[in-house]
Amino acid sequence: MGKKINLTIDGKKIQAMEGDKILWAALENDIYIPHLCAMKEQQQSPFAGCRLCFIEIEGKPRPVAACTEPALEGMVVNTRSESIDRLVEAGFNLIMSNHHIDCKICAASGACELQKIAKERKIRLKPKKLVQLDRNLPKDHSKDCIIYDPNKCVLCGRCVTACRTEGTAVLGLAYRGFERMVTTFGDIPLGETDCSGCGSCANVCPAGALIETDN
Amino acid sequence: MKLTNEEKTAAIETSQRILSNYNQEKGSLIPTLQQIQNELGYVPSPAMEVVADHFNVMKVDVYSIVTFYNQFRLTPPGKNQVKVCMGTACHMRGGNIIMDSWKRRLEIDCGETSEDREFSLDRVACVGCCTQAPVTVINEEIHAKVTPTRVEGLLYAYQLDKDKENKKAGEDN
Repeated sequence: MGKKINLTIDGKKIQAMEGDKILWAALENDIYIPHLCAMKEQQQSPFAGCRLCFIEIEGKPRPVAACTEPALEGMVVNTRSESIDRLVEAGFNLIMSNHHIDCKICAASGACELQKIAKERKIRLKPKKLVQLDRNLPKDHSKDCIIYDPNKCVLCGRCVTACRTEGTAVLGLAYRGFERMVTTFGDIPLGETDCSGCGSCANVCPAGALIETDN
Repeated sequence: MKLTNEEKTAAIETSQRILSNYNQEKGSLIPTLQQIQNELGYVPSPAMEVVADHFNVMKVDVYSIVTFYNQFRLTPPGKNQVKVCMGTACHMRGGNIIMDSWKRRLEIDCGETSEDREFSLDRVACVGCCTQAPVTVINEEIHAKVTPTRVEGLLYAYQLDKDKENKKAGEDN
């Protein structure tokens, strides 16, 4: 640890700390790789669930996720290619197909990771070929300082990690398949849990599902 | 659904008794939950809290496991267990319509138990008599070629049986 190594990403020679994952090495050198679930503090045990940070490494036959691949000396990495773009677009479309899109009135608009990815990779926010699946789950207004809208959740799990490191560990992922959602023990509203209202979940939410209010 | 106080104490006592046979090895978490379900017929929230304490995990993580696996149920089974087949053949013959009519008539969702604990509603994958589709199983008894009208009829029959029993019980006293 602490040793500097050299690698090349998209033809740009950069330095990174040994043991850092490629995603963080790239982001720190202003090379954008789409990502939703990655958290720098958790980089040694990444969630690796959003499947958007695909990259190509010279010498490896298949694309790999940048958040799980450690940077090594002399590595040559590509963040864009036809196959990578297709993978990312397919993954992004699947995520957006059940994300409730209301950017015009969404509090996260502007700071939204989904909008950023769409802009960077020139992907439509609303997938053309997939049916929009809205689950119509009720919003949770029970906590004064946090609004939770499960219909906007992309299941990245960042709020769950944040709640465990900074909050009172009330959030968790439950159910399976299409029903999977971020929820509390027994699906009770946030206001009835031990939630301290620290807002760390809203700070890390990339999609505007958890929003901190002024109250 | 609200649990009665007796159910809560039963849940806590049962899970504590079962847990006394296990150490804190996390691999025993699911077997414990299975045993609780075997004894109580479901995994109630107080039991999940006791289990979470014992294995030193977050209670929301135990909830996550219980909701992930289909084998666990969260509500107590009703006196009459209604299982609607949603297998391929039953699905093609309108199994979802039958499920909807049960939901409407019992005023509960799939996987829930009615407030009076008389009926619980579940979906099953296939009961092995696809020629009779769509099938509903009530307490191990198979009802073939169910229609929404038949759902009404079945419920009426149960109501009549219950009335008869009540009357008999009244006469005996």
